[in-house]
Amino acid sequence: MRRLGPSDIEALATGAWILGTGGGGSPYHALLELRRLLAQGAEIRVLDPAALADDDLVAVVSIQGAPLVIQERLVDSRLIARAVRVMEEHLGRRFRAVMPVEIGGMNGLQPLLAAAHLGIPAVDADAMGRAFPEAQMTTFAVGALSPAPLSTVDPRGNEAVVTRVADWPWMERLSRRICTEFGSIAATCKAPRTGAEVKRWAIAGTTSRAIALGRAVHAARAAHADPIAAVLAAERGRRLFAGKIVEVERRTTTGFLRGRAEVEGLGEDRGARLALAFQNEWTLAARDGEPCAMTPELICVLDSDSGEAIGTETVRYGQRVTVIVLPAAEIFLTERGLAHVGPRAFGHDLDFRSAFAA
Amino acid sequence: MRRIGIDVGGTNTDAVLIEAGRLLRSVKAPTTEDVTGGIVAALQRLAPGPGVDAVMIGTTHFVNAVVQRRHLARVGGLRIGAPATVSLPAFTDWPEDLRAAVDGGFWAVAGGHDYDGRAFLPLDRAAVEAAGLEMRARGLRAVAVTALFSPLTGEHEREAAEILGRILPDAAITCSHEVGGIGLLERENGALLNAALVPLAAATVRRFEAAIAALGIAAPLYLTQNDGTVTDARRAARFPVFSFACGPTNSMRGAAWLSGLRDAVVVDVGGTTADFGHLRGGFPREANAVVQVGGVRTLFRMPDLVSIGLGGGSLVDAATGEVGPRSVGYRLTSEALVFGGETLTATDVAVAAGLVALGDAARVRDLPPDLPERVMARIRARIEEHVDRVKTAAGDVTLIAVGGGAFLVPDRLAGVARVLRVPHGDCANAVGAAIAQVSGEVDQIYQGLSREQAIAAARRLAEARAEAAGAAPGTLSLVEAEDMPVAYLPGNAMRVRVKVVGDIAAA
Repeated sequence: MRRLGPSDIEALATGAWILGTGGGGSPYHALLELRRLLAQGAEIRVLDPAALADDDLVAVVSIQGAPLVIQERLVDSRLIARAVRVMEEHLGRRFRAVMPVEIGGMNGLQPLLAAAHLGIPAVDADAMGRAFPEAQMTTFAVGALSPAPLSTVDPRGNEAVVTRVADWPWMERLSRRICTEFGSIAATCKAPRTGAEVKRWAIAGTTSRAIALGRAVHAARAAHADPIAAVLAAERGRRLFAGKIVEVERRTTTGFLRGRAEVEGLGEDRGARLALAFQNEWTLAARDGEPCAMTPELICVLDSDSGEAIGTETVRYGQRVTVIVLPAAEIFLTERGLAHVGPRAFGHDLDFRSAFAA
Repeated sequence: MRRIGIDVGGTNTDAVLIEAGRLLRSVKAPTTEDVTGGIVAALQRLAPGPGVDAVMIGTTHFVNAVVQRRHLARVGGLRIGAPATVSLPAFTDWPEDLRAAVDGGFWAVAGGHDYDGRAFLPLDRAAVEAAGLEMRARGLRAVAVTALFSPLTGEHEREAAEILGRILPDAAITCSHEVGGIGLLERENGALLNAALVPLAAATVRRFEAAIAALGIAAPLYLTQNDGTVTDARRAARFPVFSFACGPTNSMRGAAWLSGLRDAVVVDVGGTTADFGHLRGGFPREANAVVQVGGVRTLFRMPDLVSIGLGGGSLVDAATGEVGPRSVGYRLTSEALVFGGETLTATDVAVAAGLVALGDAARVRDLPPDLPERVMARIRARIEEHVDRVKTAAGDVTLIAVGGGAFLVPDRLAGVARVLRVPHGDCANAVGAAIAQVSGEVDQIYQGLSREQAIAAARRLAEARAEAAGAAPGTLSLVEAEDMPVAYLPGNAMRVRVKVVGDIAAA
């Protein structure tokens, strides 16, 4: 068990935003709330998944919602804690710990807040190792674990439990519908997982990984060193391309932000172009028409000077960016994994090829 | 139409006189601590004569008050949206010194709306009243009211302001929907800053009016705003935050008017910094992201500018050829080599390179012979890089160079088709103030209409607002129309934002 302090949460916010690979929502509000809780003396504890007993129960939590609504309603972490209580009431059992469904973006921080309110630790693991847009894009779905039950709450006292669904896409449909009625934002506690399931299927150590990543960036900035080199070293990533954004195209379709961006090479990439596609997160990078990185590997677009991650919602013409790729969790590289989160799951008619293949 | 435009800058107060689309005169006077003294001196030099129709002043006095944490009132923050949103109270993430000066307490009550315009919860009027009584007990004279989704419907903010107004009849009450859009914390920050500045703004506007009247100018006073338009003095005193970025905006609008161009990149080179911006349709392109003011995150619609530490007073390192960001600033005329000083500045290098004739050129004759070329190459590279950063598309642009240090801009630049210099370019911001128009804006949700019908309805409303603000009906034109579909709503709902501008109607 590890207790997080002020510098850990600052690093976590930076690291989680990078692991969001362009999506996942900005961790800014969650960071403000974490600072407040810490200042008030709250304990934020992180638990190694190996320390879970097989029959321990873990609450997998997240905030679901439209970015526009989150900007107004903000997010109250006590609601996530309430969603966990609702699930406990439904199951008639208590949870040993909470766990993020995705480490990328704001949902990488929210569970820590909920855990502090509940007085239990957060498991140092998640089910994506990054951010993905849909419920079936998790290691738990790849492992064919049960998608139900799910509890979801709003701040007015409305609470719902989805007790059974036919499959993961049905859970996505039903929970989205409830979320819309709640005002397009909801705190959810997803299908509970046993300690055994977490140890078998979750991606271990991702909170620590995000903290280490953020620390590397902060240290490089403080030393006036190259923060991108620090990211690559911390994550064993690869630099793909450096240049300037020269084109951005966005469209909102069926609840997702889709589009593309073009980077014109600078420095050693001068004369070349990199095309990026996104669906909430970056999904594909192609150098002069040749795919060079693709989902589920993490394509990250970083500000060339600060190393700060640039989101698909805010990327714009003229930004100087460095595009890098970080390795994906092994489980997503299996045939079953690629069926859930490979390039075809995002409409790219391509066989997966690793950016790290020799 | 005979108009006076005034720009109150950090160093100089510039004034210009414009009549029937022609610039008659431009003058400069040193800015004074009280601001008014500089204005009076400039107006005396300008000697506008009788028949002035309007005086338009651009001032950064209010944003400076925030930056310097001076003359700020203590503000009570009322949030309408409980039990949601309260995990992050008002003044969260403010710099400690600013918070200490402005934070008068935080009250959260139930109410507000959802994204679809339905009430989130009914407004808790009794709680608003209780908050008002506590504010009165604390002696607060300024309040900011912020409700959940108030940009879609300001109903609960208005209702709460009315209740508070009865309890605190002398208080300055700012409703957040009047100062910002979606983004609760940032909009609330804007409302808090505005409320903190209202007492200063009211006093400043009164002093401006007194100064003008004392000089026998019987014309209405307008203040320029972030978007390049003006508002009458009374409204300006209620919304000082809208003048925060008027300086650079005026200079870009002035550059457009002086050059006759409506689409171009503008660089305003002063003594310490160079500001780069993009003109589109005669107005600066606005930033669409969070803007920090005095360390506080806000969502004000401000021109999208890139500022770098490069100006006529920038220090030059003779060994490395490095320029700026440190500058001698307003001491240029005493410290630069050509003016008899001992400091090597960008102006000295420009004189040595033969780009401008200023001061005593003999004093820079002994500089290392390759220095001017090396320094100018560096300046060129930085200007090229930043012109490119503010471009919105690939391709060469026209660059309008204004400001007292415009001579530092080379005639040939990569990515630039031509560099344009204009007469009176050193007073571009006073010109921008003098030519400013009146605007009317609408930002609301329409349902059950086609896109064209919704925009037309919004446009009619915007035109009515512009006329109410003093615009001449025949002169109104559409400068912005934007529609965004709102998801999950029946009846083809869309959020429409429209802005029209027109000339000030003759008195």
